[in-house]
Amino acid sequence: MKLKSLLNVALSAAVAASFMIAGSATAAPIKITGAGASFPAPIYSEWFKDFAKKTNGEIKVDYQSIGSGGGIKNFIGHTVDFGASDAAMKQSEIDEVPEGVQLLPMTAGAIVIAYNLPGIDGLKLPRNVYPEIFLGKITKWNDAKIVAANPGVKLPDTPITVVVRSDKSGTTFGFTGHLSAISSDFKSAVGQGTMVQWSAGNMVKGKKNDGVSSAIRQTPGAIGYTEYGFAKLNKLPTACLENKAGKFVCPGPEGGAAGLANAVLPENMIVFIDDPEGDTSYPIVTFTWMMFYKKNKSAELAEALRNMVEYCLDEGQKIADKAGYIPLPESVVEKVKAASKNIQ
Amino acid sequence: MSQTGLEHPKLERQPMEPRALKSIILSGITIVCAITACIPLFSVLIMLFYRGGKRLTFQLFYTLPPGAFDSAGVGGFGNAILGTAFMVGIAGLISVPFGILAAIYLAELDPYSKISEIARFCAKTMTGLPSIIAGVFAYAIVVLVMGHYSAWAGGIALSLLMIPTVMLTAEEAIKMVPNPMREAAYGMGCTPAQSLIKVILPVAMPGIITGVVLAVARAAGETAPLLFTALFSESWLSPNDPTASLAVLIYNWSSSPYENLIELAWAASLILVVLVFILNILSRTIGGKIKR
Amino acid sequence: MIKMKVPCFLFRRLKKMADNESLGNIGGRTLSKPPTPGDIFFDKSFRFLTRAFTWATIFLLAFIVYKIGGEALPAFSDLGINFLFTSAWDSSEDLYGLLPQIWGTLYSSFLALILGGFFGITIAIFITQDFLPYQIEITLKNIIELLAAIPSVVYGLWGIYVLVPLIRPFANFLHEYLGWIPFFSTRLSGLGLLPAALVLSIMILPTVAAISQDAFKAIPQKTKEAAFGMGTTRWEAILLVLLPTASGGIFGALVLGFGRALGETMALAMLIGSMSTVTLSVLSPADTIAALLANTFPEAARGLETAALMYAACVLLLITLLVNIAGAVIVAKTTQGGDKR
Repeated sequence: MKLKSLLNVALSAAVAASFMIAGSATAAPIKITGAGASFPAPIYSEWFKDFAKKTNGEIKVDYQSIGSGGGIKNFIGHTVDFGASDAAMKQSEIDEVPEGVQLLPMTAGAIVIAYNLPGIDGLKLPRNVYPEIFLGKITKWNDAKIVAANPGVKLPDTPITVVVRSDKSGTTFGFTGHLSAISSDFKSAVGQGTMVQWSAGNMVKGKKNDGVSSAIRQTPGAIGYTEYGFAKLNKLPTACLENKAGKFVCPGPEGGAAGLANAVLPENMIVFIDDPEGDTSYPIVTFTWMMFYKKNKSAELAEALRNMVEYCLDEGQKIADKAGYIPLPESVVEKVKAASKNIQ
Repeated sequence: MSQTGLEHPKLERQPMEPRALKSIILSGITIVCAITACIPLFSVLIMLFYRGGKRLTFQLFYTLPPGAFDSAGVGGFGNAILGTAFMVGIAGLISVPFGILAAIYLAELDPYSKISEIARFCAKTMTGLPSIIAGVFAYAIVVLVMGHYSAWAGGIALSLLMIPTVMLTAEEAIKMVPNPMREAAYGMGCTPAQSLIKVILPVAMPGIITGVVLAVARAAGETAPLLFTALFSESWLSPNDPTASLAVLIYNWSSSPYENLIELAWAASLILVVLVFILNILSRTIGGKIKR
Repeated sequence: MIKMKVPCFLFRRLKKMADNESLGNIGGRTLSKPPTPGDIFFDKSFRFLTRAFTWATIFLLAFIVYKIGGEALPAFSDLGINFLFTSAWDSSEDLYGLLPQIWGTLYSSFLALILGGFFGITIAIFITQDFLPYQIEITLKNIIELLAAIPSVVYGLWGIYVLVPLIRPFANFLHEYLGWIPFFSTRLSGLGLLPAALVLSIMILPTVAAISQDAFKAIPQKTKEAAFGMGTTRWEAILLVLLPTASGGIFGALVLGFGRALGETMALAMLIGSMSTVTLSVLSPADTIAALLANTFPEAARGLETAALMYAACVLLLITLLVNIAGAVIVAKTTQGGDKR
């Protein structure tokens, strides 16, 4: 008897639940699933929330921040509708996708060096110093080279703990690209990649930009690289770096925009800026891309994706600044809009 | 009392005597050890209530996760609670019939055959299966086949973890049904199926439910199987898409630098632990009824 | 009178029989009746179903092993047995080695076993040797069992935000003054073997305690009485008589606790630091096979890297299988015939 009543209750609960689930999918909105880089994740989630409102819930985009490596893997494996990566895609990866790949830069940002030294703001790191820190050659905060660049700042006698990424990262790709460009030692010892074998002694690994920022925050004496927006939102002190022209530039909208200004976007939409020219340029900037299939599952989906891209290029760029990202220059926006017609 | 040249031992307790002293010291150490072992539990609970409780409002149950730019105190994880409930529900729907039916065969119909021995061994092995492997397996057979992440994949991964527990506890419960009941049922002319469904299972039900509740408690807290089957989502439940769950939420936001998300992670942990504790205590109360 | 639940279908038949006596029974008193063809069909299909699910259990485990082993085949041939003895994880060069992870898994579980095993056995002694009034005994037992119920990911969260800041000063002290001992030779930067092993020991403590309690309860009362009769103090009895007698079961408890620690995924993924190094220092970060899978699988490049991860999963399966089987066999052998209190 008890078994029967239990079964009855379970059955009615199941029926009720299925009605609830069916009810929540009222007007059959188009659902787009995307996954990838953590670098632009904060601004992407803002964009997509706003986009859903603008389309009255007809197009819902769900973006999961899992790192550029995960984005590329899922895109190649066809488990998502679009991917995102700050390392774009290698030719060998593009070749694995039979439907064709359309890479579109959506936004750009500065990669900053954040640190955890209570009471010390705006640390200056010259061009020959910060690669050495990440190589593990400079191991203490009060090393002569750092002290020389920061007169008047009392640097403690603590070991430097370097925070790096534990996952495959487009941010790592951009950062190591820059370090390889300015330091031949770094290029031969570590090189550029989405995942590299760091040679520093005291290391801590963080997952995604979030984990790196969190690790820097919790580890006294830590130094690491992350996207500007993350450092800004979490009030992490960032270092002012010496750029190609020999000037110290602190991270910020002007430095980032100047660094990006001279970028020329080729046909395949992929360009990496390893060492920008200009007095006011911040030295480490990178675009971040969304990857789309040239041939999609349905024309409906393709149209929704094109609408999404258009929104990001028009409305989306307006909040880039406030969020800590660099608005795309007009010339770039034009090119991207033209290329987005390839999403069919 | 009187000295007779014989040393008789004092018959009162002599705490300072070496052997007794040793015993008392060891007892003291043991008490300290027992208290120390309880400290982590209390520490976890206190931290949960303190840091999670700060954020505990009804808003948590019907709002969606916040974005990075939302101000502090905004957002909730209603979709995660729903997602966990849905996926555990699917896992239960798969594992409970599976486990009970297999347990019936093992306990009742053919307990000593080779097949039963092998099946029992398989079930015991599966209890020790690392949860990440269940996730990898479900990824290979569901996500890759369906072409996208979904709640179904998450549910199937969780069911792999629930089946052995349900099966083994159900087997024990059925074995414990007193023989006179079986014999009486057969004496009435019941077929084995009828005796099972009408007599044996109802009597074994408290034991079986104990096992199911324990398995559900375990599945609700599992993260690894859901990491690459259901992924995560910031919108409401949609079974054919990536789905949020409490456990993955806690995992994702534990390494987040945003205070808001860390607070929400603590609040989610609080809700999860309270849920699991209630289920555990429930299973013990039901199980206790058998012993009467 | 033997009281018995009257099954539903029989009750209705009883009523029918009482109302009309045309069912071919003697004087309306017999309750038994041969099964109808419908009943037989239902019975046969039900029994077939149960048999099918039993086969399905075996098939399920076989399928899991087959699927994971199958995906790992390319790695078996490409990387061979060297996989187990090299230390690299470089997806751009396609160099994979599992040695640091195997070491990390075994070392962290071993450290956890020392701490968790010691506390587990102590608590088992405390609970079963009449130190406490019955009520408190039950409460303590329940508290320890609740420790096992807390999800792994919550332990990870607690570890990151509560345990690591707590042990940081202690770890720095160990490194500064005892750094010459290889166990403390590196500086604790945050996550690492020490916090991971501590949390792991908390997680296996209930397992060890529960099985050890069973082992102690299995000792015949006479043994204890004999020891006390000879004039031993309580602890002399425990250390010299009871522990040796229960040693088989306790050993089994330790092995099973070890097996549980080996398979633990989330708490370690969050606390171990994911660094591919083979080190004796408990203050350094390390990696375990399960943590490697959790962290690397979502973005592993298809092809050799995924196959290498599946290879790692096979290794993990093998290790946990062996240890769990060994533990189960030991426990079964040593608690036979000992259910008398």
